[in-house]
Amino acid sequence: MNNITTEQEQSDDKTVFGFWVYLMTDCVLFATLFATYAVLQHNTAGGADAKELFSLPYVLVETMLLLISSYTSGLMLLSARAGNKRSVFIWLAATVALGLGFLGMELNEFHKLASEGSSWNRSGFLSAFFTLIGTHGIHIATGLLWAAVMAIRIAKTGLTNTMLRRLTLFSMFWHFLDIVWICIFTFVYLLGGR
Amino acid sequence: MIQPETKQRSELRSYTVGFILSVLLTVIPFTIVMNHTLSGGLLISALAVFAVLQLLTQLIFFLHLGDERKPRLQGMALVFMVLVVGIVVIGSLWIMEHLNYHMDNNPEVIKQQLDESDDL
Amino acid sequence: MLGRLNWDALPDVPITIGGAVMLVVMGIVAVAAMTYFKKWRWLWTNWLTSLDPKKIGIMYIIVSVLMLLRGAADALMLRAQQATSAGNSHGVISADTFQQVFSAHGSIMIFFVAMGFMFGLINLIVPLQIGSRDVAFPFLNSVSFWLFVAGMVLINVSLVIGEFSTAGWLAYPPLSELRYSPGVGVDYWIWSLQIAGVGSLLSGINFLVTILKMRAPGMTLMRMPIFCWSVLCSMVLVAFAFPILTATLLMLGLDRSLGMHFFTSDFGGNAMMYVNLIWAWGHPEVYILILPAFGIFSEVVATFSQKKLFGYTSMVWALGAITVLSFIVWLHHFFTMGAGADVNAFFGIMTMIISIPTGVKVFNWLFTMYRGRIIFSTPMLWFLGFVLTFAIGGMTGVLMSVPAIDFQMHNSLFLVAHFHNMIIGGVLFGYFAGYMYWFPKITGFKLNERLGNIAFWCWLIGFFFAFMPLYVLGIMGATRRLDHYDASLGWQGLFIVAGLGVLIIAAGVAFQLLQLAVSVWTHFKHPQRNADLTGDPWNGRTLEWATSSPAAEYNFAVIPTVTDRDAWWKIKQDRQTKKPGNPIVYEDIAVPKNTGVALFVAAGSFMVGFGIIWHIWWLALAGLAVVIASVIHRLNDDDTEQVIPAAEIAASEAARMSRLKQKVAV
Repeated sequence: MNNITTEQEQSDDKTVFGFWVYLMTDCVLFATLFATYAVLQHNTAGGADAKELFSLPYVLVETMLLLISSYTSGLMLLSARAGNKRSVFIWLAATVALGLGFLGMELNEFHKLASEGSSWNRSGFLSAFFTLIGTHGIHIATGLLWAAVMAIRIAKTGLTNTMLRRLTLFSMFWHFLDIVWICIFTFVYLLGGR
Repeated sequence: MIQPETKQRSELRSYTVGFILSVLLTVIPFTIVMNHTLSGGLLISALAVFAVLQLLTQLIFFLHLGDERKPRLQGMALVFMVLVVGIVVIGSLWIMEHLNYHMDNNPEVIKQQLDESDDL
Repeated sequence: MLGRLNWDALPDVPITIGGAVMLVVMGIVAVAAMTYFKKWRWLWTNWLTSLDPKKIGIMYIIVSVLMLLRGAADALMLRAQQATSAGNSHGVISADTFQQVFSAHGSIMIFFVAMGFMFGLINLIVPLQIGSRDVAFPFLNSVSFWLFVAGMVLINVSLVIGEFSTAGWLAYPPLSELRYSPGVGVDYWIWSLQIAGVGSLLSGINFLVTILKMRAPGMTLMRMPIFCWSVLCSMVLVAFAFPILTATLLMLGLDRSLGMHFFTSDFGGNAMMYVNLIWAWGHPEVYILILPAFGIFSEVVATFSQKKLFGYTSMVWALGAITVLSFIVWLHHFFTMGAGADVNAFFGIMTMIISIPTGVKVFNWLFTMYRGRIIFSTPMLWFLGFVLTFAIGGMTGVLMSVPAIDFQMHNSLFLVAHFHNMIIGGVLFGYFAGYMYWFPKITGFKLNERLGNIAFWCWLIGFFFAFMPLYVLGIMGATRRLDHYDASLGWQGLFIVAGLGVLIIAAGVAFQLLQLAVSVWTHFKHPQRNADLTGDPWNGRTLEWATSSPAAEYNFAVIPTVTDRDAWWKIKQDRQTKKPGNPIVYEDIAVPKNTGVALFVAAGSFMVGFGIIWHIWWLALAGLAVVIASVIHRLNDDDTEQVIPAAEIAASEAARMSRLKQKVAV
C-alpha cells in the first residue's frame, strides 16, 4: 500500500481503476456481439449482403469524425488538468459536435438500409450488423449525454477535483469507443465491403 | 492540482503523435480495400495488422497504458480481457464452424430443406 | 395503453391461482404489519436506503432465503408430479404448469438464491476481512442490490400476472423464440435475469476493486484471508463472464421484441450459437458460485481444526487455475449438439484437467484437519458433509467429461443428479456453513447448535434420498424434465424415494427456520445464553473477529496494520507478549450517507422490463427516463458523506472495552 498518496489520490486511483475494469467488461460484451456477427455475416437469407450495402467512403468520413473527436477529448482533458475552464468547454463542445456528426451519419445509414428493405429483421446478418453497430451507437449517445451533463455542472460549480476525475473517466470512455470502432470498421465494413 | 507545463507539453505531444499515426493507420487500410490492392488471406492479414497497430497506438498514446505504476493492475486487466475475448471469439468461431458443418447448417442445405417441406 | 396486458393475464389454473394468492396475501400481510407497527420510516431510514455493506448483505440473504422457499416449493411440486405421474395417472399438475415450474425452479435457485446468498456473505464479510471500512463504490453496491430485487420482483410478478417461461432455466431457442413461445413467459425470464445480471456485474467490478485497492496496510495479497482470494477469483469470473450473458439475453430479447433473426430457425438465424454463448457464460457461472464456498470451507476448516490452513500458496494457485480453466471447458454442456470429435475431445480433456486443482483443495483441507484439535461444530459438519457429497458429484462430472459417455448421460436424470450434487453439496452446504460461522459476527448472538445439527443431518440424508435415485434413473434411461412416463418402465419406485428425500430436505429447511426463530427468541429472553460478547466466539484467525459483534458501522475505529497471514491470530499472539502501546488516538470517520436513489434506478429498470414484456412502450420509456434521471441526480449530489466524530467513536470503543473486561466466559 502506498502511504505517500493522499486520500484524494487514493480515491481517484480506485475510481479510475474501477472504471477501467468496467471498460474491460464492456469489451467482452462487444466481443460477444462481434463473435455473433462473425458467425452470422454470411446468413443473408436471400437478402442483400455486406458488399452490396456498405459504402466505404461514407464509413471513412464517419471514422475520421470519431477519430478527431477522440483527439479533441484528449485536448479537453489536458485543458482540464491545466485548469483552463474555457478551453475545456471549447474542446468538449468540439468532441460533442463531432460525436453528433458521427451519430447522425450512422442514423442516416440505418434509415437508408431500412427503407431499402434491409432492416434488422431481414436476415441474421442484418440483425447482427444493426445490433453491433447500434450498441456502439448507444454507447456514443450515452457519452454525449454524459458530456452535456458535465458541461452544465462545470459551468455551475467549476473545475473541482470531482469534475476533473469525471472528465478523465469520460475521456477514457470516449477513447475506448473509438478503439471499438477500429474493430468495427476493420472487421465489419472493410472485410465485408471488400 | 494544476499540472506543470513540461508534463502538459509531453502529453500534448503524445496525443498528437497518436492522432497522426491513427489517421495514417486508418487511411491506408481504407485505401487498400477501396483500390482492391490486395485480396484473399493477404488482405485479411494486412487489415488485421493495421487494426492491431492502431489499437496499440491508441492504447499507448491516448490511454497512456505504458505509464501505469506498479502493480500494473490496469495492464493485467487488459491482458485478461484480451485472453477472454480471444477465447470467446476464436472458440466460438471454431465451434460454430464445426457445428455448422456437421449439422448441415449452411444456406444451400437450408434452402433445399425449406423447398422440400410443406411448412412455412 | 396497456399493450397486450389484459384480464386474461391472471392465472386460471388452480395451482397457479393458489401460488399467486399466497404471494399476494403474504405481501398484503407484510404491508399491513409494517403499517400497523408504524415501521415504514424505520425500514426506510435504517435499511432500505443504507449504503452499509453489512446491512445490504443481510438484505441479500433475507431475499435469498425467501426465494429458497419458493424454489423449494417448486421442487416439491416437481417431485410430487414425477412420483405420481406414471401410466394412467397424470400426476398433480398439467404439462404446461410442470414446464413453468421447472423453469422457475432453476432460474430462481441460481439467480436469486445462490447468487443472492453469495453476494450477501461477500458484502458482510469481505470488508471486515481485509480491514476496510467499506466497499470501493458504496452507492453502486446499493444499486446492485436493488437491481437484484427488481429482477426478483419481476420473476414473482410472473406468477400473478401472466405466465412464466416453459423453456427451462436457460431458454434455448427455437423453443424460446416467438414462434414457439409467443406469450410473455420467456420475456419475463429475459428481463428478470437481465436486470439482476447487470446488478451482479456491477458487484463483480465493485468487489474486485475493493479487494485489490482497499486492503489494510501491510496486507499483501498473499497475507489476505483465503476467503478473500476465493471471492477475488469469483469476481474476476463475474466481471468477464456476465457481459456474455448480457449480450446473449439482449440478442434473444431483440429477436422477440424487434423480430430480429439471431437465433430463429429461419431467415439466417443460428440457434446453436445461442447454446454456445449461453454456456460460455454458464460454465464460469457455476464456478462463480462454488469458489466462495471453497473459501468459506477454508476458513471453517482452519478455525475448527484450530490450525492454520495447510498449503495456502497451493490453494491460491488452485483458485487461479480454476479461474482460467473455467473459461475453456464450456462446450462440455453440449457435446451432443454435434461439433464433432476434434472439438469434443479438446473440451473433454480440458474438463478433466479442471478437476485437478479442485482435488488439490480437498487434500489441503484434509491435511489441515490432520493433527488438528477438531471441534465438530455445525459449520464443520457442513464441511464434512460437503467432502462426501461433492466428491461423488465431482466423480460423476469427470465421468461425463468423456464425450462418449456423455452421449448416454446428457440431459438424463444422471446429469440432473450431478449438478444438484455440486450445487447442493458444494455451494449450498458451503453457504450454510458460512451462515452459521459468521452469524454471531453479524448479529451478536450464536445460532442454536443442536437445531443446526438436526438441520444438517436432514439436509445430508435428504439429499442422498432425493438424488441418488436420480443417478440410477438416469442410467436406466430417464431423461430430464419428464412430466409423465410409462408405468412399465419400473421407475416409479425410485421417484417415490426421491420424493421422500425432498420431504426430508424440507424438514431440514424447517429446522433451519426453527433454529433462527429459537436463537432470536433466546437472544431477547435469555441473552446470556447465546450472546457473542467478545466478537471472537470461535477463537478465529482472521480480521473480522477483531471487531465487536455486531461490528460498528465504521468496522474498525483504527485501521489495523497487518504483518502476517491470519492477521487476527497474529495480533492475539502479539498481545500476549507485547507491552500495551500508546493510548489510541481516534479520528473522525467519514461514512456514506443513506440514499434512496438506488431504489429509483431499480424501480425504473422494473418499469423498463415490465413495459417491454407487455408491450407497454410508454411505460418502458418512462422507466428509462427514471433510470437516467436518477443517475444524473446522484451525479449532481455533492452531499454524499457524513462524519462520525472522533469523540463518538472514542465513546463507543470505550464502552466496548469495558463490556469485554466484564464478560462472562463464553
